[in-house]
Amino acid sequence: MSARSSRRPSNLEIWALGIGGLIVFFGLWAGLSGFGLVPPRFLPSPAAVAERMFFLIDHPFAGATLPQHVLSSLGRYGLGFLLAAAIGVPLGLFMGWYGLLDDIVSPVFNALRFIAPIAWVPFAALWFGTGVGGPIMVIFAGAFPPCLINAYRGAKFVEPKFLEAAHTLGAGNLRIIVEVLLPASIPSIVSGLRVGAGLGWQSLVGAELIVASSGVGYMMVQGQSAVSTPTVLSGMIAIGIVGYCVDLGLREMEAFTRRRRGLV
Amino acid sequence: MSTITFENVGRKFDSVVALEKVNLHVRDKEFVAIVGPSGCGKTTCLRMAAGLDFPSSGTVRVGTREVVAPGPDRAVVFQQFALFPWKSVYDNIDFGLRNKGVPSAERAHRIAAVLKVMNLEGYERSFPHQLSGGMQQRVAIARAYVLDPVVLLMDEPFGALDAQTRVLMQEELVRLARVNPRTVLFITHGVEEAVYLADRVAIMTRRPGCIKEIIDVKSLREAEHWNSLPRIEDVMDLESFVHLRTMIWKSLREEKVEERN
Repeated sequence: MSARSSRRPSNLEIWALGIGGLIVFFGLWAGLSGFGLVPPRFLPSPAAVAERMFFLIDHPFAGATLPQHVLSSLGRYGLGFLLAAAIGVPLGLFMGWYGLLDDIVSPVFNALRFIAPIAWVPFAALWFGTGVGGPIMVIFAGAFPPCLINAYRGAKFVEPKFLEAAHTLGAGNLRIIVEVLLPASIPSIVSGLRVGAGLGWQSLVGAELIVASSGVGYMMVQGQSAVSTPTVLSGMIAIGIVGYCVDLGLREMEAFTRRRRGLV
Repeated sequence: MSTITFENVGRKFDSVVALEKVNLHVRDKEFVAIVGPSGCGKTTCLRMAAGLDFPSSGTVRVGTREVVAPGPDRAVVFQQFALFPWKSVYDNIDFGLRNKGVPSAERAHRIAAVLKVMNLEGYERSFPHQLSGGMQQRVAIARAYVLDPVVLLMDEPFGALDAQTRVLMQEELVRLARVNPRTVLFITHGVEEAVYLADRVAIMTRRPGCIKEIIDVKSLREAEHWNSLPRIEDVMDLESFVHLRTMIWKSLREEKVEERN
């Protein structure tokens, strides 16, 4: 136990607090719908949604069961996110190292990144169709900027002593990028991946609302057409849970890189 | 021939004159220490020899060639070690050898040898943050030595270590310098360290820095057989050592006093 005046809560307490928050949230929800404060057609009760969710797990709706919709979304999401990371991280590192590339790319990039991923939907559908291509492009538009920006900032703000050491040890440009800038930027890159993963996941579901024939977003739109609010809420909950899990995984990765580096 | 020559070197940072007419010649296999008040530009001198900084006037040469860029022929040991935290001890030492294109069998051989000399055997797979400060600096010195550099540039290499570790490292460096003499430029603000380690001690003035005087230590060391004493404290007790130390101390003190006036 540290000697600091304010004691850090234990893991058990953190869990208890988190569960307490969930109970309050669902309690308010159940209260609002259960006491008739909000009519069920505007806000279905938690019980109705839970029932619907369990039903959707093994009964197809809009062509697939809920897990199938989730998997279909995750597949697109994985591809789009990997593409964004595979292009964004190296480009960011190179921009952080070569000033000329930075000068060329930065103005274009800094204007493009303010366009909401959803705004690309018409062109995504036009260019790549509504199957896999279109949604991937929308996820890419969401996940790419944080991947690039964080790799760029990581490379730009590497401690000069490491670069000087690399130079005096005779390293060339490519080796400096791969063996100094990249590892030195890992903490920043992983944070970028986390933000990108979140934005990508949000954008995907947005894209599926418009262009897709499967996926959680598609299921929600179909639920809306069928006036099944529990279906829409089931989709929302699935999105939240999956997003949370993805973030948890990346957070663990972030912690791992820090531990390995001796930063914690 | 591996010499380091500063010829009328001046350095301005914007309008601040940091160095003015620095003249210093480090001979082949000679160990020269530069001492001076803080902010006098002694580190800048070392950085110019390394090719990490460049003179505004005058020239810096290593051998006969003017320094235009950093390179593995002039290995640098930094005060903050600057080990790559994401590389193991082995990979840190290997980095420069790979850059030089040394074949892998020879690399393994040379790394094993330097690990032995620096008492680092068994720590190949450790990461820098798992080592003590003294061991980290030994890795940094090994990383420089393994390249078999023409000159070795050391910028207050023991400044970040605690007093006991520093003494051990100083003794080790002297041992290393005897087994494997190099042309060394050593920056420090520690007068005792300079007198203990160096063949000659160059004293710098306060800013704008230039070389005020150069004290020969080597002839006295040999005449008084300092090398026969294994421990640094025995050397530091010698009258000859105390005399030199006090002389340099006074010379530096004049700079401090003038600074205040």
